[in-house]
Amino acid sequence: MTISTFLKTSAAIIAVSGFATSAMAQNVEVLHWWTSGGEAAAVGVLKDDLATKGFGWDDMPIAGGGGSDAMTVLRARVVAGDAPTAAQMLGFDIKDWAGTTGKLGNLNAVAERDGWDAVIPEALQEFSKYDGVWIAAPVNVHSTNWVWINKSALDAVGGKAPESWDELIVVLDAMKANGITPLAHGGQAWQDATIFDAVVMGIGADFYQAAFIDLDPAALGGADMVKAFERMAKLRSYVDDNFSGRDWNLASAMVIEGTAGMQMMGDWAKGEFLKAGQVPGEDFICIRFPGTQGKVTFNSDQFVMFDQGGASEAQLAMAASVMDPVFQSAFNVVKGSVPARTDVPNTDFDDCGKKGMADFAEANANGGLYGSMAHGHANPAAIKNAIYDVVTAHFNGEYDSVTAAAELVDAVEIAR
Amino acid sequence: MKDRLQNWLPRLVVAPSFLLVLLFVYGFILYTAYLSMTNSRMLPSSEWVGFANYTKLFKLRSWDTALKNLAIFGILYIVICSALGLFLAILLDQKIRAEGVIRPIYLYPMALSFIVTGTAWKWFLDPGIGIENTMHAWGWESFHFDWIKNRSFAIYTVVMAAVWQSSGFVMAMFLAGLRGVDNEIIKAAQIDGASGFRIYRRIIIPLMRPVFLSAFVVLAHLAIKAYDLVIALTGGGPGRATELPATFMYSYTFTRNQMGIGASSAIIMLIMIFSIIIPYVYSETKNGENR
Repeated sequence: MTISTFLKTSAAIIAVSGFATSAMAQNVEVLHWWTSGGEAAAVGVLKDDLATKGFGWDDMPIAGGGGSDAMTVLRARVVAGDAPTAAQMLGFDIKDWAGTTGKLGNLNAVAERDGWDAVIPEALQEFSKYDGVWIAAPVNVHSTNWVWINKSALDAVGGKAPESWDELIVVLDAMKANGITPLAHGGQAWQDATIFDAVVMGIGADFYQAAFIDLDPAALGGADMVKAFERMAKLRSYVDDNFSGRDWNLASAMVIEGTAGMQMMGDWAKGEFLKAGQVPGEDFICIRFPGTQGKVTFNSDQFVMFDQGGASEAQLAMAASVMDPVFQSAFNVVKGSVPARTDVPNTDFDDCGKKGMADFAEANANGGLYGSMAHGHANPAAIKNAIYDVVTAHFNGEYDSVTAAAELVDAVEIAR
Repeated sequence: MKDRLQNWLPRLVVAPSFLLVLLFVYGFILYTAYLSMTNSRMLPSSEWVGFANYTKLFKLRSWDTALKNLAIFGILYIVICSALGLFLAILLDQKIRAEGVIRPIYLYPMALSFIVTGTAWKWFLDPGIGIENTMHAWGWESFHFDWIKNRSFAIYTVVMAAVWQSSGFVMAMFLAGLRGVDNEIIKAAQIDGASGFRIYRRIIIPLMRPVFLSAFVVLAHLAIKAYDLVIALTGGGPGRATELPATFMYSYTFTRNQMGIGASSAIIMLIMIFSIIIPYVYSETKNGENR
């Protein structure tokens, strides 16, 4: 039996079996990673809205926070020429997709009709548009420079929320003296980086811009960066030793239970507090990371539409639904984030939500809106992960602060 | 007619799987090799960059860490598993009672997936909820065991979990080998007055050579492709202290949008596996010819 008979027979069998393709109905197939209770409920709002307009919904949830699994699935689908109608995406992933494939839909028709340009902040448009064409509809804006403090733990140390780095250290020291873990934190690279975002922003917005967005080697390896790493090392000293690998929601639970004083985490942490029956302002308080009031480091979930021979009717309808102020309010109340458009009334939001919306509007007006490095809105995934490596190595004691700043320059250089 | 059918049937049956293997194994190995020479980032690209990805790969600190960890993990895993497996097999081979009950107990961990092993050991080793916490609760306050949270020791916890999982399987291999030893040889040695220890050291263990070789090949490729255990046990942490080539490859290819570098690391892993398998296959076929 020769190889060639094998090949001939095999080819014949494959040819006979063929491939069946099914005709597509007017449904939207949506790839997303909103699978937890509250998030799934929020997606349900969108689904119902589309149903009233006569479009079915083919759900394609890929579990896994941060969406790296979802991106892997999406890549396979797109390479196979079978892209979904729409996919949830974050920041630079959108730019990467737009830049490398060019297979994204054009939403200009609905964007012009509904006046998106006027109500969506420019910092977000940066990601929703490519070459002046709307390719994505932003659903929400999370901001990452929040601190969540247990109210009774704060009252035990004087009750005044810290407003500067020095005040923060005083509060943390006092909490330590009271015998609780001052800072609840989970040792995962993205959580370390989330704190690093806020620490760098706390040193200065221009510095943040130069280091993370412009990737200026002078800023990445400069004295201010050494200072930022020293602050990280200082914060590390307030974290318990059993932190590595801990999930962020377990760290939130420590604050809720009062075994820890505070957590530095994005606004999705609020959901954990609310689920535990806690009331903003009474059981816990939310402040911006000391020294970053008026600035917002954000990340934004967006629905990117894939090109299906021009944007289809279903895609335009879905984009319009996503940007509907009623949906934006309903979704974000559930999700813990703030609406991506600035003209949504804040009546349904709780105190932290209202503060989030006010801060967002203020930052937008003053140019204080910056993409979050930790969440892929300041630079591409390769560079983001290179920064993660250095930040997490330093936070775990592998580098001292001076070495870390030098390593950061190298790491970013290799990843570019 | 019937002859013709009989002639063709085996080919028809084997052909699809042959074609699938040709395409999905060897085809994609070639494709990966090709990708490793391109500047692919998020999606495969066709822009040729030669060996630039390999140069970058070996400049990366985390690749160094991954290789060092693989050396530590691979050597300890293979040596401890073989030694422990042989020891257990010898103990079981003493014509003990209830061997039928004990053997599956040792073999059972192999039936678990590495994800289960990793998760269970993560809990055992976690100082907050595992052994350390239990010891403290029992009153042994000074007990201290936090390797999994310690950058310098975390890789050894991966070894522990992996050894627990695989040594029973190696034991079964050795047990089969021990059962195959000719009783006459042992009797002859006993008549010559050799002690039990001496018989094992000088006669039985040298006879186990082919089993050692098989065990080595099985364990070595398990070590090189180890991925799920690390992900479940430490997630590559603390920091990146337990990164292995397989976790490195996945993260660079699929989450960091550096597919070119990821592909080149996959090719390096393939070369490592080939360097183990090819001499093995060669020696096997050579033995076959001699017989």
